[in-house]
Amino acid sequence: MKRSLFATLVIFALISLIPPAWGGQKEVPRDSLKKPGHTLPEFVVPPPPLSKDLYPCSQCHADMEPNPTRRELTFHTEISKGFNHAKDQRWCLDCHNPDDRDKLRLASGKLISFEESEYLCGQCHGTIFRDWKYGIHGKRTGYWNGKKVYRLCVHCHYPHWPKFQPIKPLPPPKKPYDIKYRRLSEDEIPRNPIEKILKDIQ
Amino acid sequence: MKDREKNRILTKHISRRDLLKGSAFGLASLAIPIGKADASFWEAFFQKHFREMNRDEVKAVIARLEEDYYKKYNKRFNIKTTEALPGTLFGYGLDLSRCIGCRRCVYACVRENNQSRDPQIHWITVLRFKKGEKWVNDLEEAEKYYYPDEVPEEGYFYMPVQCQQCENPPCVKVCPTQATWKEPDGIVVVDYNWCIGCRYCMAACPYGARRFNWGEPRIAREEINTNVHYLGNRPRYKGVVEKCTFCIQRTRGNPGRYPACVEICPVGARKFGNLLDPKSEIRYIIENKRVFRLKEDLNTQPKFFYFFAT
Repeated sequence: MKRSLFATLVIFALISLIPPAWGGQKEVPRDSLKKPGHTLPEFVVPPPPLSKDLYPCSQCHADMEPNPTRRELTFHTEISKGFNHAKDQRWCLDCHNPDDRDKLRLASGKLISFEESEYLCGQCHGTIFRDWKYGIHGKRTGYWNGKKVYRLCVHCHYPHWPKFQPIKPLPPPKKPYDIKYRRLSEDEIPRNPIEKILKDIQ
Repeated sequence: MKDREKNRILTKHISRRDLLKGSAFGLASLAIPIGKADASFWEAFFQKHFREMNRDEVKAVIARLEEDYYKKYNKRFNIKTTEALPGTLFGYGLDLSRCIGCRRCVYACVRENNQSRDPQIHWITVLRFKKGEKWVNDLEEAEKYYYPDEVPEEGYFYMPVQCQQCENPPCVKVCPTQATWKEPDGIVVVDYNWCIGCRYCMAACPYGARRFNWGEPRIAREEINTNVHYLGNRPRYKGVVEKCTFCIQRTRGNPGRYPACVEICPVGARKFGNLLDPKSEIRYIIENKRVFRLKEDLNTQPKFFYFFAT
């Protein structure tokens, strides 16, 4: 009994060490989006899903000479191979700031952080940006009458290839002739396929 | 002389009224299950209508149910009876231009709302239509058993259908025991202890949104959700009807959470909010997007709005 209690305590201690889904970073409120006369809901946006190996970009780019020419990249190969986001009109430095790589650059020249990248996407996708602000475009969690958690564009759309990739659907309902007229044992009861997906999301 | 007297006693006149009374009592006594001595059974048998009970009576019913569920599932349940928030009328939006038919909502709903895994019950049905064919008024062309390797498929679109939470619900009108009704916040609910399983409501619903427990509902023990509402996701019985309640156990609260299907949708096609709040998402959709309701011509006035965001 004591041993099992100890084991539970150890497990809880270990669980508390695991960082939360957003890498322990703070969710960012978006008061800057609110303008007088607007009726935006109260919401926060989690930080972008940046890889720890690659970000901050200045780890490598601080000492590199910016090269604006369109070419096959030797390091970020998966980006230049898969790049499919208005590729004829766009190349790296149209969005990434050449002088300080840890920032993004708007068409106006204004620099913004990766945490508020929706401004960058909103330059072209204005109607979507507007819907996003009002909670119409994109996934939402939280409270319908309280604080909502939005997602950045890049949480769902990979910025260098923003079109959604197809996914496998969950199984269809049973057809009437598949119904069994037998009481199943506890182990035989079908498990819910969503559990596995929820584990993958976490 | 004696014979005549005897004859008169034997042919004692019984009035029509007495005969009917007597047979009614006789039949009624047959319906009482004498064999069951369990106190909780008798309490359930004489349970009043949910909306006619006072607070103490509701409390007693909840305590009895929690005890029954503990015996049955060996798990402690927390059965809420949260009332509707004043000034709320729930509305739902579903963006047909985004839905990819992945059925995540179907199974997130099953998980949250304790639907039977065997026999299988789903509250949400995702319909698939061929692009360019007539569809809205003739759902018979729909395919609900589609199962390709990947969705979305070229040339098809998808429309999930669940309870439309009508303002003028035909299912409520036909219920002979008033076991189903519309709550002040617009949710149509079922009292599983009052439902007699006649399935009139299923015949009346033009959306096919109600489900019947043909067998004893079965859920693996570790998958049971014990955070339930009396009018929502508490475990059901064999022979009762159930349906979507906009996740009444989550949404009724201040703050109240989004329904499970809204939170799982990977493309953000599902929207939820208060129709009486001009600042809510659902009001923004109705005012700014192209919106339609399913089978509007039947005057059921659904509070479930399909829309096209792009």
